[in-house]
Amino acid sequence: MHAGIIFFLVILGSVLFHIFTPWYWTDIASNWGSMDDTITLTFWIGGGVFVAVCLFMTYCVFKFSYKEGRKAEYKPEDKKLERILTWATTIGVAALLAPGLIVWNQYVNVPKNAIDVDVMAWQWGWQYRLPGEDGKLGATKIVNINDNNPFGIILEDPYGKDDIMIQSDVINLKNNRPVKILLRSVDVLHNWYVPQFRAKMDAVPGVITYYWFEPNKVGEYEVLCAEYCGVGHYAMRGGVIVQSEQDYEIWLQEQQTFSELIAKQKKIELNETKLAKK
Amino acid sequence: MSEDFKNNKEIHAQSSETISGGTGGSAPDLDYVRPAEVSDQDLYHGHSFITKWVFCQDAKIIGIQYFCLATFTGIIGLILSWLMRLQLGFPEAAGFMTAEHYYQFVTMHGMIMVVYFLTALFLGGFGNYLIPLMVGARDMVFPYLNMVSFWSFFVAVLVLLASFFVPGGPTGSGWTLYPPQAILEGTPGSGMGIILMCVSLILFVAGFTMGGLNYLITVLQARTRGMTLMRMPLTVWGIFTATVLAMLAFPALLVGSLMMMLDKLLGTSFFMPTILKAGEVLEYGGGSPILFQHLFWFFGHPEVYIVALPAFGIISDLISVHSRKNIFGYRMMVWAIVGIGALSFFVWAHHMYVSGMNPWFGFFFATTTLIIAVPTAMKVYNWILTLWRGNIRMNTVMLWCLGFIVTFVNGGITGIFLGNVSVDVPLSDTYFVIAHFHMVMGIAPLMVIMGAVYHWFPLVTGKFLSEKLGKWHFWTTFLGAYSIYFPMHYLGFIGVPRRYFEMYDSPYMTSAVGMNEFISLAAFLVGAAQFILIFNIIKSLKTGKAAGKNPWQANSLEWLTPIVPPEHGNWGDRLPVVHRWAYDYSVPGAKEDFITQTTAPSEVTDTKVEKT
Repeated sequence: MHAGIIFFLVILGSVLFHIFTPWYWTDIASNWGSMDDTITLTFWIGGGVFVAVCLFMTYCVFKFSYKEGRKAEYKPEDKKLERILTWATTIGVAALLAPGLIVWNQYVNVPKNAIDVDVMAWQWGWQYRLPGEDGKLGATKIVNINDNNPFGIILEDPYGKDDIMIQSDVINLKNNRPVKILLRSVDVLHNWYVPQFRAKMDAVPGVITYYWFEPNKVGEYEVLCAEYCGVGHYAMRGGVIVQSEQDYEIWLQEQQTFSELIAKQKKIELNETKLAKK
Repeated sequence: MSEDFKNNKEIHAQSSETISGGTGGSAPDLDYVRPAEVSDQDLYHGHSFITKWVFCQDAKIIGIQYFCLATFTGIIGLILSWLMRLQLGFPEAAGFMTAEHYYQFVTMHGMIMVVYFLTALFLGGFGNYLIPLMVGARDMVFPYLNMVSFWSFFVAVLVLLASFFVPGGPTGSGWTLYPPQAILEGTPGSGMGIILMCVSLILFVAGFTMGGLNYLITVLQARTRGMTLMRMPLTVWGIFTATVLAMLAFPALLVGSLMMMLDKLLGTSFFMPTILKAGEVLEYGGGSPILFQHLFWFFGHPEVYIVALPAFGIISDLISVHSRKNIFGYRMMVWAIVGIGALSFFVWAHHMYVSGMNPWFGFFFATTTLIIAVPTAMKVYNWILTLWRGNIRMNTVMLWCLGFIVTFVNGGITGIFLGNVSVDVPLSDTYFVIAHFHMVMGIAPLMVIMGAVYHWFPLVTGKFLSEKLGKWHFWTTFLGAYSIYFPMHYLGFIGVPRRYFEMYDSPYMTSAVGMNEFISLAAFLVGAAQFILIFNIIKSLKTGKAAGKNPWQANSLEWLTPIVPPEHGNWGDRLPVVHRWAYDYSVPGAKEDFITQTTAPSEVTDTKVEKT
């Protein structure tokens, strides 16, 4: 009897905790509200099943606890009941799966107007690269990476020349404009994750992975690494600043392109050789 | 031999399911059971202490050995979890702990609990003890191999624990051991640590294969007369199917470990692409880190069911016995176990939705994953329908069963969140995942283990465990564990990522400091509560109430041996003969509320038995 009461309180407590919890979603700042909606739907259906099953169990505890001399029912099977339960469950599961797949379809299909962002990860840090006026990122190779070419851009690739390089762990994004995050890693697995944007994907050395989102709230956000990458994993942070179009353009003008970097490097080298000659 | 042959000839006219009616026009023989096809098994009887208790070939002793060693490693895993929770809840009190330590503890805790504790305990422990007894065999079919199986496990554990004492310490790559980080500097224990981990896993798989073959062939070949597959207790069905999964899944882990060792030691590049480390390009190239993840999870997901299916089976039997009612929908339960087992090989990549594999896989794996929810839900319904109109003994065993239902349904439903590809995106790699898998494959199977310990302790030792201590043990464990993992889901909603040694002042975390402290305190309490069980076992062995024969009035064969606790060879002179399934409880017309599997139909002619 006491056991039944405690089990009942556990279920009641779970429901109350869910209603009154101070811990819930960090406010969303991207287009992926549909993910939150799918989760809410899953909560309703799944939570309903959880409560129903547990309450049924608790009821059985109250009603059918051992009494000397009472005989339990003898009923090995009930085909009809089993059939009804199978179909009801199947329908419930399908109702959960369908929206999940629809949202996933949106997730893997990137809108045409998305801006490519090259997110490069290593143990333990981030840096970013944006396409220049041609709108395309130059191809890269890990073996090309050195102080003069921090992103390992292939020098012969014409698309690479005007790429905008942001050698910082903070990147600015334009509000209400989709971005396609192109992830790569030079060493181990990483994952560029901003809780407010909901989306994430691993960066895998050797391949380029991607995902997309559309930031829709001006503000500053913290980037966390979400795939374990060695002992510095917890300290591998970065930042995102979502700006209005005007502020973003101002910021963009201040950034350096790859050809500017090369020119600067050449100038330094030239000065050095001049100095050496003197 | 000639007698067996003669009997064999007669069988052809009989279906193995036939329980009544002789051949042709002769008078129906109500109690007819198909005769034995092979002669009785010859057993090696140990005489010295060494052959009886150490290098023993009796499956029951081997089961106890497995149980004790798995429990020992489990306690190490528990202590590691305490240290982790100390760091997470009270970092100022854990000043001695570096990030390296923390990640090593995380890794060893995970691997120990999943493989060396749960798998070894369910299959090695319960499997060895219960399979021969429940199917009416004298022992496993290959007793010597069975002994070697345990000692391989023993060496595997030694190698695993040795890694704590090598330079660099044990591997800290997370229990998933993902390369490239697992074998590169920057991860603790990337030298000897990871090598010993791989060696230990290889030994475990080798040893486990020997045990697994035994379980399978014993179930398939050594069942006693009348024990058809569809009369077996669900415990045996669960362990049997889990073993089939293990035989197919562990090889993937074995080759994954081997290939990673080759990458580490010989410089091959199975999992290693071109890598730039500290400004230098390493001598690797062309490998795929995602290939390892496929191998790992091709093992890793069935592994979940390798733990869950025996738990499903055992809990079905416990609920049935203590509700004094047949398990509802036995055939559905059997097919659900088999179906879940088969499906579990087609869902592995749901652990990899955001791993960078081709995103189109997501559609397939989300669908298969959610399909598996249907047979699983059917099992849950059948458990609670077994309680319905039962005569439920509210003893400690039943409490663990009810605790299992609550935690399993909770963890199962959060599994639907994570399996549903786009819902997984925001939640993967957060504390929601930790909460989910601890609830569903940590706490829920633990509830079953505990229920099983309280249920079968009288069989193994002849003494009851103390009910009073048992209830304290249950309520602290259940309420404590529930209050660890239920709120933890909400940390995941906030977005707190897993495997973080420290959160600094991230806005996500500052709001949850109080909750983290609470979770840690609950974890200390739940861990400590497990020592109640150890105390209970010691106390009950000395002063416990004698259990006698079949103390729970159960039907299945393990309770029906001539001597209790069963001795080597189990059955004395004659093997039992089975006439019915294991669930004839509260049959209308029967004198008592149970009819054992060995009761012949002629003894209970006026009952309304529906299923045999």
